[in-house]
Amino acid sequence: MLSVSDLHVSYGAITALNGITFRVEAGAIVTLIGSNGAGKTTALRTISGLLRARSGQVSFLGEDLSALPAHRIVGRGLCHVPEGRMIFSNLTVEENLAMGAYLQRDAALKARNLAFVFNLFPRLKERLKQTGGTLSGGEQQMLAIGRAIMGQPKFLMLDEPSLGIAPRLISTIFEKIVEINRDHGITILLVEQNAKLALEVSSYGYVLETGRIVLEGPSQDLRANPRLKATYLGG
Amino acid sequence: MTEFLQQLVNGLAQGGIYALIALGYTMIYGVLRFINFAHGDIFMLGAFAGFYLAPATLKLFGAGPSYAGAALVLLGAMALCALIGIVIERLCYRPLRDRPRITALITAIGVSLLLENGGQLLFGADPKSFPDLIVDRALDLPAGWGPLSALTITLSQVLVLGVTLLLLVALRHVVNRTRTGLAMRALSLNPTAAQLAGVNLDQVIMFTFGLGSALAGAAGVLISIQQPSIDPLMGISAGLKAFIAAVLGGIGNLPGAVLGGVLIGLLEALVVGYLSPTYRDPIVFAVLILILIFRPAGLLGTVQKEKV
Ligand SMILES: Nc1ncnc2c1ncn2[C@@H]1O[C@H](COP(=O)(O)OP(=O)(O)OP(=O)(O)O)[C@@H](O)[C@H]1O
Ligand SMILES: [Mg+2]
Repeated sequence: MLSVSDLHVSYGAITALNGITFRVEAGAIVTLIGSNGAGKTTALRTISGLLRARSGQVSFLGEDLSALPAHRIVGRGLCHVPEGRMIFSNLTVEENLAMGAYLQRDAALKARNLAFVFNLFPRLKERLKQTGGTLSGGEQQMLAIGRAIMGQPKFLMLDEPSLGIAPRLISTIFEKIVEINRDHGITILLVEQNAKLALEVSSYGYVLETGRIVLEGPSQDLRANPRLKATYLGG
Repeated sequence: MTEFLQQLVNGLAQGGIYALIALGYTMIYGVLRFINFAHGDIFMLGAFAGFYLAPATLKLFGAGPSYAGAALVLLGAMALCALIGIVIERLCYRPLRDRPRITALITAIGVSLLLENGGQLLFGADPKSFPDLIVDRALDLPAGWGPLSALTITLSQVLVLGVTLLLLVALRHVVNRTRTGLAMRALSLNPTAAQLAGVNLDQVIMFTFGLGSALAGAAGVLISIQQPSIDPLMGISAGLKAFIAAVLGGIGNLPGAVLGGVLIGLLEALVVGYLSPTYRDPIVFAVLILILIFRPAGLLGTVQKEKV
């Protein structure tokens, strides 16, 4: 579904991605793990068109995305839940969700997606008239995911959904991620520092270190990998 | 008492004009995070657009002043100013969007000087007399209104205030109830997230410039109905006052811009009425300095925080 090949991205003189290649098959949950500054966010931002690559290719459903601006890429069914959630803090939960459906003209489809979001996160329904900035971190993450779902994604990229969230809510959110994939057939690329969790829910994983992919394989193999155990899985 | 109420009426009319201009400053600040110093000159161009459109337009509805003609002049000036605002954004600000803010700010000052001097070249530096769009007269207030009965309220004051209110209500509708208005608010809160939702930033920024400039153009015509002497530098002072109004209300905050405009208008009227016209500008600027010291976010502005 998504294939990234030999992607080089830099910020001025700083090289953040040094030729990464990976692919995500339709229907899968694939994870991209790596520690601080490895380049995970940079990879997602490049795929969704927020950054331009210096060289390399991103192809989605057979189409080259490299020349498309971000607002066009969303329309292809590729939605990005950014790091730090980026909720519209002064807009209500309802307006945040409406923004997610910005490109959706079909009212029936919008209503269906909204029902899907409320079914996943009933709490959002209770907080519809509340502004985004007043939600807890976990609720904001739910809203960020809900907002992306309102865009009718075929493919969802999640950047560290566990970041800054109460541990109790992390497992809920990960269950929902699995549900989104399993019950609704949405392909997922999950970026995480929390490798243990990410490898539990995914079927395939890539390990990113200072702008390069250093390891890849089925998630269950990676879970058993001694090198990964030492650095990411806490022994 | 009557004297005080009279000043309030005068101040309100002026304040509405400031509010219309201040809204443009604040909307453009919202989407681009910079002060468009050329905005006051758009107001001036609105007045001149009205000046040049009026003779032909009024002729369409008979020779003299008419409400239909006045409305058409107003709409024409708004449309022209919207177009000018959009062209300025496209040519002068968009190429600089990824540069440091200061670059756009200095460019805006350059654009402002260009419009002022270009205006003098094109229209002549001498003040021009704005044609009568409507037949103005003082309204007879019912005798039973107590101190209100003695007020001098002119038809043009009432009309200008009415049109201003109408424009504010229309703007509120656009911003709060339409898809593009929602995108505008989203963009001003987080441009990255707005893009990820599918918002074309260029389009929304263009729309914002058009909308803000149309309001400034309307203000240019409305002020000229009340004070019919116009000149190419008239945007400097009005623009500055409206900018102060936007900062007073909280830059980026739309209701704040209206509140700020009305307050500055009232303050000016009271200073002129009870102290001396000489003190009007110094006191308004002192207000700017005081807000910046004691409440930099403005009356209705909040310091934005994001939970992490
Ligand atoms: N805007 C920027 N300007 C300059 N350098 C940047 C910028 N953003 C990221 N970098 C650098 O690029 C590298 C990769 O950053 P990136 O944010 O992609 O890492 P990450 O894997 O997402 O890290 P984290 O887990 O902390 O979110 C880092 O060395 C970072 O310092
Ligand atoms: Mg990151």
